[in-house]
Parts: sequence; C-alpha cells; structure tokens
Amino acid sequence: MENNTAQAAVAAGAQRKTSRLGTFARKLKQQRVLVFMSIPFVIWLFIFKYVPIWGWTIAFQDFKPALGFWDQTWIGFDHFKFLFGDERFLRVLRNTLVMSGINLVFGFLTAITLALLLNEIRRVAFKRVVQTVSYLPHFISWVVAASIIQTTLSPDGIINQVLVWLGFIDKGNEILFLGIPHQFWTIFGASSIWKDLGWNTIVYLAAMTTIDPAQYEAAEIDGAGRFKKMFYITLPGIKAVVIVLLIMNIGYLMESGFEPQYLLGNGLNVDYSENIDIFVLKYGINQSNFSLSIAAGMFKTVVSFILLFAANNLAKRMGESRLF
Amino acid sequence: MASGSVKAAKRYKIKKSTGDHIFDICNYTFMILLMIVTLYPFLNVLAVSFNQAQDTIKGGIYLVPRIWTLDNYAYIFREATIFHASFISVLRTVVGTVLTVFCSAMVAYTLTKQEYVLRKFVTIAFILTMYFNGGLIPTFLLMRDLNLIGSFWVYIWPGLIGVFNLIIIRSFIEGLPESILESGKIDGAGEFRTFVSIVLPLTTPVLATVALFSGVFQWNQWFDVFLYNSSDIDLSTLQYELQKILQNSNTTNSSGSISGMISGMSGAQSSVTPLSVRATMTIVASVPIIMVYPFLQKYFVKGMMVGGVKG
Repeated sequence: MENNTAQAAVAAGAQRKTSRLGTFARKLKQQRVLVFMSIPFVIWLFIFKYVPIWGWTIAFQDFKPALGFWDQTWIGFDHFKFLFGDERFLRVLRNTLVMSGINLVFGFLTAITLALLLNEIRRVAFKRVVQTVSYLPHFISWVVAASIIQTTLSPDGIINQVLVWLGFIDKGNEILFLGIPHQFWTIFGASSIWKDLGWNTIVYLAAMTTIDPAQYEAAEIDGAGRFKKMFYITLPGIKAVVIVLLIMNIGYLMESGFEPQYLLGNGLNVDYSENIDIFVLKYGINQSNFSLSIAAGMFKTVVSFILLFAANNLAKRMGESRLF
Repeated sequence: MASGSVKAAKRYKIKKSTGDHIFDICNYTFMILLMIVTLYPFLNVLAVSFNQAQDTIKGGIYLVPRIWTLDNYAYIFREATIFHASFISVLRTVVGTVLTVFCSAMVAYTLTKQEYVLRKFVTIAFILTMYFNGGLIPTFLLMRDLNLIGSFWVYIWPGLIGVFNLIIIRSFIEGLPESILESGKIDGAGEFRTFVSIVLPLTTPVLATVALFSGVFQWNQWFDVFLYNSSDIDLSTLQYELQKILQNSNTTNSSGSISGMISGMSGAQSSVTPLSVRATMTIVASVPIIMVYPFLQKYFVKGMMVGGVKG
C-alpha cells in the first residue's frame, strides 16, 4: 500500500517533470526564430569569452608549447610564489595601483568641478561649443593622443616654450619631461584628464538636469547666492550618481589602462610607467613565458572580479536605499 | 504664469550682484582656457603638417605654418604601405561597425521579448562577461588555435558584441510604444521580419550611438594589429603605422633626426622628416573621427545617460 503510493508519487513527479520539459520544448519550437536570432551569438560568446578562461590552467603548469595538455608538468602555485617574491612584479603592482588611484581621484574631482561650472553657464550656444570641444580628445586614439602629447612635451614643445617665456628655465636648458622617471605619474594623470575630462562630465550634467528648478527658486527667495546654490542644491542633487559611480570605479582599481603607459613609456621612465598589463605583454608575447604571464594576468582578473562584485552589490544596495 | 516667470527672470537679472559678475567672468575665462588647452595641441600638429619639413626643425611653429606646403601629405599618400593601411582601416571600420550594429540590435531585440524562454539564460551569459576576461595570453592562444592570426577577421570577431551596446539598445527598444511592435504581429510578420522592418528603423537614434562607438573603436585600434598581424604588412592599419613611427622616435629619442624611421620607410626623400610625417599621419588618423562625432553628439549623450544609469 505504502509502496504503491510512493511509486505513484514518483510517477506523477516524473510526469510533471516531462510535461514541464515538454512545455519548454514546445515553447522553444514556437520561438525558434528568436532562438536562431540569439543562440549563434551565445555560441560566439562562449568561444571568445569563456573558452579563454581554460587558458588559466597554464598558470599552474610548467608550460611547454610543444606538449599536449595532459603531458604538461603541474607545479601548483610556484609561478604565483615567484611573482610575489619578484621585485619587478611588486613595482609593477605599485604602479598599477598608484596610476588607477590617480585616475580615480583626479578624474572624479575634475569632472565634477567642470560639470558644476558648465552648469552655471547660461548662454546655451557657448555651453554647447565648450562641450563639443571637450569631448574631442575622448574620440581620438591613444596613439594619436600620445603623438600629440609627445610633441607638446618635447624640448621644443609648447610647455618648454612657455616655461622659458615665463623665465622658469633658461633657453637651452629645456626639460625632456618623458625622460624624468618620477614625472611619469604626473604626465599620465594630466594626459588622462586631458583626454577624458569632458567625456566624464556627461553623466553629471545629465544628473543635474533632473534637479527640480523649484528648489533653486526657493533658495533664491531665501537669499542664496551662486555658490550657496551650487553647494546646497546642485551637489546634493548629483550625490547619488557620484556615489554609485565612485563605487563602480573602485571595482576597476586594477585596471589602470594599458595604452597610455605603453605608448608614453620608454626606457628611461620604465620603473614608473610599467603596469601589470605591460608586464603580462612583455613576459607573454616578447619572452614567450606564458605561464608566468598568465599567472600575473589571472591575479589581476581575480582581484578585479572580487572588487567589481563587491562594488556592484554595494552600489545596488545604495541604489535601493535611495528609494526610501 | 508665464509672465510671472519672465518677471522673476528680470528681477533675477537686476539683482545680479557684482560677485555674480566676477564669477561669470572667471567662469567664461576658464572655459575659454580649457578650450585652448584642448585644441592647441591639435592645431599645433596641424600647422606642422602643413609646414615645410626642413623648416619645422628650426622650431617656432605654433598655430600657423611658416612655409606652406602639401609635400607631407603628398609623401604619405604616395607611400604604398600607408595608402594600403588606410584602406584596411576603412574596411575594418565599415565591416566591423555594420556587423556590430546589426548583431547587437538583433540580440538586444530578443532580450526585450518577455515571453522568450531563453531570455534569462542569454542575459546572464552576456552580463557575466562584464566581470571577468581570460586575459591577454589565453586570448592570444585562442586566436592562434582558431587560425585567426594573419587574418582580417581577427579584427572583427573578438569585439563583435559588447555588453554595454546590448544594454543601451535593449532599454531603447523597451521604451518604444508596445502598440507599434504589436502591429507587425497582426500583419502576420514573423519575429525576424518585425525586427528588420519595424524595430531597426525605429531604433536609429540608439543605433547611431552604437555605430559611433563601434566605428571609433575599430578606427582607433592598433593593439590587435600589433598583437596578431604585426608581421603581415598587408593587414596593417593607419593607427598601427603611426604607432610604429611613434615607437621609433621614442627609441631614437631625437625628434629632429632623419635617421631611424625614414630609413625604415621606402623611397626616403630629404623633403620630409620623421617629425613632419608623424604630424601628418596624426592628422590623417584623427580627422575622420573629428568630422563625424559633433553631428552625433545629441545621440551619444543620450546613450551615455542610459548606460550610466543601467550599466
């Protein structure tokens, strides 16, 4: 008796399962056009974005390109241990963190300041011209930007000319800026700001348009001036966007960029310009030391993943708290 | 009501204090300075590109060429390598942009179909890739295994669909009135027909944004050329040729010397110098984009707003 009911239950469960599978299959058949429109790209995604993860196994091997996967020698965490004892890797890690820190802090401060100032301009045509011009450097490649920056910083470039003209340096004593190692971070920060300052204001300006004009009017009646309105209405009005973007950007702390460092870096400033991405490139492609290179890249990705995940969750929670 | 606000505005103008005026003057001055700092380096390079090469070495070229010439441009367009590289740049920009726009829009459209059974699966598969990537070397090894090294398609396949593009197209389609999308169904059009003849024409503003981003990405890329096709001169692009010149002037470290790069270029002529060639190529490599982006400003600003909020 008991046995029977149990069997019936199992049979019913199985039937329910098949019927659910049946509905799924039927729906899938019904929606086959949608499937054909999307699944080829999921296969593309799998090949180009997921398969490379398999390459991480190489970080745990003493990789020999000539051998097959099963013939490799597995050495565990040796490459990672080597990395963290390697003075060069530690320096590269420092450069990565410092440069992304520079980007984060100064990128934010300058963009918010410019957005605030742009917001104060009442002549719409003038404002639009400034905005269009300020987006320009964002659209050119880093190769073009590096070429322009090199020209500007060269001994007969405009910066040296201005310094001579102002009397800070003598003619003939022009400075080779890219040849001074510790100046690289300054040059990197200034270049990055020059390139993306205008672009980064877009989000803040958009947030400012959502502020209710009645707030400004009310403040005016209370006798608030320009600065008071900026500090007590505009800034609090974009606070939520600023916080969310700040948190998201902390998720990209390991991403200090690759192109500016690679293109502006040279033998003289290498101690300050080389970051993890360049380290990976030099070991992997130039020296074909795949294992060590992948270990460094994997370390970067894993730390990034944790940071991004935490940042995203935090941002989401902040976003929710904004609702209450 | 309207007259009230005008009155308020008038009163505001009258009440404008001297502090306000000083602030305005400072603010406008600052904006003009900002524009100068942004534009001067471009205009300087532009002036150098139109100035006679030997004369440039003497220095002192700022905003206007001293001795006008088109020799620098004539030189680079006579150079077969650079001419071919420009062709590849244009080709990858056109092919890459068309494919990216069409494929991204198609996937994004399927993701707006609430009843689509695989919607969640496809969404998560794409979103996850925002959090990690295989990294440089594993990707390089994959391209090698796929036989894409030494091929034009290595420029197209890896960047075909970006998650950011998917997000902005999807939210744009979701904002369209339901009734228009339904009208196709009543006429008996299938999903694909609906997508091509109804959704694509209606989404042009967001597709223009995606096309701009994708076009700029393709046109500006040099790293994939360097990584995968550096030994194949037939697949070189303008940006990569410029990068090679830049790298050369980096190592020789003397912007004025004719050694190094010119000797590396065929048909060396004494009328050009590396400095002038670099300036001219910098202009050629950036002008197409500078001509296009201001006209799409209204679209990409909107796209960034959506992406900034949802992404």
